[in-house]
Amino acid sequence: MAVTVSIPTILRSHTDGAKSVEAAGSTVLEVLDDIESRHSGLKERLVKDSKLHRFVNVYVNDEDVRFVGGLDAEVSDGDTVTILPAVAGGAR
Amino acid sequence: MSRYESLLDALGDTPLIGLPRLSPARDVRLWAKLEDRNPTGSIKDRPALAMIEAAERDGTLRQGSTILEPTSGNTGIALAMAAKVKGYGLVCVMPENTSAERKQLLQAYGARIVDSPAAGGSNEAVRRAKELAQSNPDWVLLYQYGNQANADAHYRGTGPELLKDLPEVTHFVGGLGTTGTLVGVGRYLHEHKPGVHVVAAEPRYGELVYGLRNLDEGFVPELYDADVLTGRFSVGAYDALRRTRELLEFEGIFAGISTGAVLHAALAMAEKAVARGESADVAFVVADAGWKYLSTGAYSGSLDEAAERLDGQLWA
Repeated sequence: MAVTVSIPTILRSHTDGAKSVEAAGSTVLEVLDDIESRHSGLKERLVKDSKLHRFVNVYVNDEDVRFVGGLDAEVSDGDTVTILPAVAGGAR
Repeated sequence: MSRYESLLDALGDTPLIGLPRLSPARDVRLWAKLEDRNPTGSIKDRPALAMIEAAERDGTLRQGSTILEPTSGNTGIALAMAAKVKGYGLVCVMPENTSAERKQLLQAYGARIVDSPAAGGSNEAVRRAKELAQSNPDWVLLYQYGNQANADAHYRGTGPELLKDLPEVTHFVGGLGTTGTLVGVGRYLHEHKPGVHVVAAEPRYGELVYGLRNLDEGFVPELYDADVLTGRFSVGAYDALRRTRELLEFEGIFAGISTGAVLHAALAMAEKAVARGESADVAFVVADAGWKYLSTGAYSGSLDEAAERLDGQLWA
């Protein structure tokens, strides 16, 4: 199961500067473990005490995984996983 | 709706419009709440007036006071109108990468603008405003990100209006910035409509806005209540623009770009309902109309070109 994972600028030091990487797995955690096996150090920036870091958001096809199972959220072939720092904003 | 004693009295009671062409099925319907039909043309008139009135009641705001607020535009414009009518000064801290129209409108209303750096977006504006509040203790920082009157305006106004017009509502989708709309409307709907879905659409900005930020400095507005949301989407400029144009093309509604992001999430929820064979009534917020974004080129040329032009701008 191949998915595309987009990496925020701040974490690209862990992916040799790559903006996105391919990875395998059927859950978000499996995908992160798969990336970790090639780019060590990334996972500990995102996961703390078996949960997503408070200020990190992970999206599968634009939907925040915290609402659909967290690290156990399902990922399917061809999905796009996006990692982003949490941010406030808006026409507000 | 016809006669009001003053412009401020014309707040709220906005129309809810069915979208027969964009709705994906006969029993999965989309509804747009047109918040551009407020006194200064955005949903922000609600929290702006509510925050001012709360500060007047508790005595922090007095005749001749100066209001200070971090804003990327609409809240500032709403505050500027209310401040003009009520006789207050206004200082807005605004990211320098917002649309030209927003600045021009603020200036027309007589507000003073303090620029905050483009990199860092609204977070930087918030930080700057907090600094300015410390060095100018006589200014009144209303602080929409943590002011309970913001969420209350939606709990008392937007939420009840929506439920009255759409008792069968199954989903509410709104933009995520201060979180005031979603927390206020969401809380009201959860109390009166158990099982309702409350879904946030968050703008996903270009690298410039995210690039320099540190994960440990992430900013979560004080108003945010994680128990209210049942889902959340992050929508990039391309999809936001695509949906903004579809709303105009198929339903004739000329909305601002953030509405496109909200519609994108609303359609995703509607499609999920269709896939599960469920009926749904999905209401979403049109936060403002498109006028203030014409200079960004959002409505002309190809989507790719338009999305590129928005890169690095705070478009929602």
